[in-house]
Amino acid sequence: MINLLLFPVLIPFLFAAILLFFPKRIKAQRIVTIVGLLAALVSAFTLLFKVKTDGVQTLTLGSWAPPFGITMVSDMFSALLVTSSLIITLFVVWYSFTYIDEAREKSFYYPAILFMLTGVNGAFTTGDIFNLFVFFEVLLMASYVLIVLGGEKTQLKESIKYIIVNIVSSSLFVIAVGYLYSVVGTLNMADISVKLAEHGGVGIVTVIAVLFLIVFGIKGGIFPLYFWLPGSYAAPPVPVLALFGALLTKVGVYAIMRTYTLFFTTDVGFTHELLMILSIITIIVGCIGALAYFDLKQIIIYNIVIAVGVILFGASIMNENGMIGSVFYLIHDILIKGALFLLIGIVIKITGTSNLRKMGGLMKKYPLLAWSYLIAAFGLAGIPPLSGFIGKMLIVQGGFEGELLWQSIFILLSSLIVLLSAIRIFIYAFWGEPKGESSYLDATSYKRLLVPTIALVAVTVFYGVGAEFLVPLMTDASNVLLDPSLYVDAVFEGVK
Amino acid sequence: MKTNDLIIQTTTKVVFFIIFLFSIHIFFAGHYTPGGGFVGGLLMSSAIVLLLLAFDLKTVQDMLPLNYVMVTAIGLIIALATAAGSIFFNVPFFTHVYDYFNLPLLGKTSIHTAMFFDTGVYLVVVGVTMTIIQMIGGDE
Repeated sequence: MINLLLFPVLIPFLFAAILLFFPKRIKAQRIVTIVGLLAALVSAFTLLFKVKTDGVQTLTLGSWAPPFGITMVSDMFSALLVTSSLIITLFVVWYSFTYIDEAREKSFYYPAILFMLTGVNGAFTTGDIFNLFVFFEVLLMASYVLIVLGGEKTQLKESIKYIIVNIVSSSLFVIAVGYLYSVVGTLNMADISVKLAEHGGVGIVTVIAVLFLIVFGIKGGIFPLYFWLPGSYAAPPVPVLALFGALLTKVGVYAIMRTYTLFFTTDVGFTHELLMILSIITIIVGCIGALAYFDLKQIIIYNIVIAVGVILFGASIMNENGMIGSVFYLIHDILIKGALFLLIGIVIKITGTSNLRKMGGLMKKYPLLAWSYLIAAFGLAGIPPLSGFIGKMLIVQGGFEGELLWQSIFILLSSLIVLLSAIRIFIYAFWGEPKGESSYLDATSYKRLLVPTIALVAVTVFYGVGAEFLVPLMTDASNVLLDPSLYVDAVFEGVK
Repeated sequence: MKTNDLIIQTTTKVVFFIIFLFSIHIFFAGHYTPGGGFVGGLLMSSAIVLLLLAFDLKTVQDMLPLNYVMVTAIGLIIALATAAGSIFFNVPFFTHVYDYFNLPLLGKTSIHTAMFFDTGVYLVVVGVTMTIIQMIGGDE
């Protein structure tokens, strides 16, 4: 099965196309979506196993020789991301069955999710820079649908902003690819890597590197390009927000990590230092935002910004510990942000508001929800046995090895602020006396929402406790990132 | 006052078929000359738009009782199936093949699987364009 690495991309696409035939039959929509996601998840795990045993998998579409066709590359890094994006979507879709109202379900909600997943998985798997652009557009088009679906006033307002920002960044992406193509004359990522290494550190290459950082920075939400993110992400319903928060910014982060380890390695002194400075400022801005708001959604949204900064700081150090830590933290963040959004979604449903000052005392009536939230919050901050610990520890260790003393201390301090912001939600929402007499959520829907949420929290706990088993996978992933020749050789195997 | 659209409606009945045949021609010519699924699909939708201009939405829906979302979905599935056929022969996805066939009337003709992929593109373009125009034009 040489086409195995395409299955996580093709299966969601096929099922999304099938779902277009019967938009009004909600039961059938739900069943087909779940079947499709499970099939894709099985193929993703098979792929993960295959990449672990046989090394980097590549396939050039249409049987053309590598630099001329579109190459799809699945190394450990992309296989891990594809698997975790499928896991998170599975839980969010399960949660959506109860959370999303019928009107939305009848208006192509599930096809939009599956098309977005096609784009996300395609962007993680592709080995061609223009194909990366195309998959970005696939996921963005589907996300436009998801952000505006329902047509509430805030959704309409924020989707205009979101679409304009993304159209500007997409056209910048095309311009950047145009510049890169005029310099190296190829679009295949492995070939670009070889050509740029021969080309050496010329000024224009650094300019293109910065242009790519701007493009992917807008998608990924780094300082000073994150301005659209808090408003736009707060507009759609919580399951959509969970998908966006867990996946979309991470695609931008993935693209930065990929291009900055594969292409732009000739002028590290400038480009990677710029990346490091921006990621530190991103963390600071995220911390300020996370403390400033009394709104559940905004607090967690600003935590996305912090996490993007931490991951990119780990990647910018370019040593082994930093890179492994960054991969660890990236996967952790996909899972934990999904879990947190699902948890606060239940809180918002119960209290009918996302304002922290208007809620309190949920602990008495909903103990299970409270304790799962506490576990997720500790996982987010990185308390040792839980999922956020090992990634951040390795990033800080990498920072000390790279003699970045102050920056590493900053990362440690940011953990305290993350913990403070997450615990503030716990104190205001779950402690104290109950406010507001009635609950907006009946007991059965509460249970139905709680099951997928707790399952996802359990996955994050296993991710933290079982980190030992994941270390070989993470090492493989960071080896490919640190040594581009592994990637290039896999693509050109049997050609040169 | 009711306007009389006799001239435009009569002309449309003739011109529609010319545009339709031209779109089919452009579609089949795409492999060797400029054209292909995308322009072919756009021409086909412009022919239907001409019908919409000459008649009203209801009449056109009675003439062409198509659900354009389904057309889009069928197009997507045809395109995917053509590309995915290669999976069953264990060659890379999107590998196309061609061969020569002796067809009645046309004689020796080369048939390339890229044509079936283009059929998918054609249907998607027609489906999407017509969905947009009907959504904006209709008041449901």
